[in-house]
Amino acid sequence: MIRFDRVSKRYPPGIDALSHLSFEVAEGELAVVCGHSGAGKSTLLKLIAAIEKPTGGAVLVGGQNVGGLSRSALPFLRRRIGMVFQDQKLLFDRNAFDNVMLPLSIAGFPPREAAQRVRAALDKVGLGTREKALPIALSGGEQQRLAIARAVVCRPSLLLADEPTAHLDTETAADVARIFHEFHQVGVTVLIATYDAGLFPGARRIQLDHGTLR
Amino acid sequence: MKTWLTHHREAAGLAVGRLLGAPVNTLLSILAIGIALALPAGGQMLLANALQVAGTTSSTPQISIFMAQNADAKAATEIAARLKKFGGIAKTEFIAREQTLTRMKASQGLKDVIEALPANPFPDAFIITATDDRPENMEKLAAEFRQWPKVEHVQLDSAWVRRLDALLRLGRTAVLLLGLLLGTGLVAITFNTIRMQMLTSRAEIEVSRLLGATDGYIQRPFLYYGALLGLGGGLVAWLLAGAAALWLRGPLGDLVRLYEINLVLQPLGLPDSLLLLAAAAGLGWLGGLLSLRQHLRQA
Repeated sequence: MIRFDRVSKRYPPGIDALSHLSFEVAEGELAVVCGHSGAGKSTLLKLIAAIEKPTGGAVLVGGQNVGGLSRSALPFLRRRIGMVFQDQKLLFDRNAFDNVMLPLSIAGFPPREAAQRVRAALDKVGLGTREKALPIALSGGEQQRLAIARAVVCRPSLLLADEPTAHLDTETAADVARIFHEFHQVGVTVLIATYDAGLFPGARRIQLDHGTLR
Repeated sequence: MKTWLTHHREAAGLAVGRLLGAPVNTLLSILAIGIALALPAGGQMLLANALQVAGTTSSTPQISIFMAQNADAKAATEIAARLKKFGGIAKTEFIAREQTLTRMKASQGLKDVIEALPANPFPDAFIITATDDRPENMEKLAAEFRQWPKVEHVQLDSAWVRRLDALLRLGRTAVLLLGLLLGTGLVAITFNTIRMQMLTSRAEIEVSRLLGATDGYIQRPFLYYGALLGLGGGLVAWLLAGAAALWLRGPLGDLVRLYEINLVLQPLGLPDSLLLLAAAAGLGWLGGLLSLRQHLRQA
């Protein structure tokens, strides 16, 4: 599903976020990328979704070299990937329902079917009764779950999450982690960057240290 | 196809939502565009009315030949014969001096004046309609007739038609120029408005892009926004021009009646109105497109 082939990412002025990184994540696998802050976890996820391009090596997603994708091909890659961002990137002027609707609207789903899917996704993360709420009215844990609902509403085969349990209390974090386990159980490939790998027992660990595998 | 329609409906809805979301801004932008466009729209309206008047008033241009006072019937017959042989003449009408005298006497005010005169003051006259009534040809004919014997005066009554024609041409150029100038203004207004819109929607643009939105998807609501703004401005311009027509109708009618022209000022016709609205919407869209080209890559 995902293959890193001697991937390097260097930010100006010469800071190596990743260097000569090689690993694979098989289809249907649940893997966590862990390491200290600044180890390159976020960069690794961004390379998969082609938000950043590698400065060396190749990143393959489903056999496709995403570093070489043209600007016009990027949207179609991103539609196949569900992503939970570190800062969530919710739209604060839209309610929960409309936030989750956005990816479906982008993909051009017929409104009625899309609405059903949005409700299903909100139910799945336990926000079924909060669809009219604006993100500002949601707690930290609810916002995180809303971000997850938005990431999975298009039923992607690959789910990426960047520190999805940061800033959450232990109980809420475990709750969020359980949601990812559930997606893994129905066959979704899940890759999570986290400082707290203990929340995901049974997941394969990819340990990063200063941009290399340890 | 269905996806395409859904996308367009959503984009239009989003654009309308944004316009209504900031009603004061929207109103001011639409007013600015409307007032800018009212000038060429009003110009076009006046021009259309002038053309209408010119069309009904200017019959075929004619040349009048007046004989000298001392010319006798023989001279007139000679001229008549010459005219008959002369090429390029569609119609010749002879008006004898006695005929003119009788006609003028019929006019109430002139009767006494004419009767006080010792002799018939009117000359024999010919009124010529040429087959080719382009101004150059008419001039040429008039010049020819002037050289004929016993011809006192040749009057080209196409002169005022030419003047009117030149005036209308000038008017048309002025309207076109105004249209270009203020159309550019419209593009500039929407360009800037959409830049502001993009700044306020930066988060939305960024998130949409991360979720796999194409440039087209991101641009669409902004283009609708620009087009709707332009359309609104066009509508305001149309209303302003129409109001001006109603307001000016009385005074302008009184003025031109002094020149024996009957004019009821009409608002913009249907084709002109549609053209105005379409051009306004199109230019608004163009302003949006230019703005997107300029700013989207940075957003």
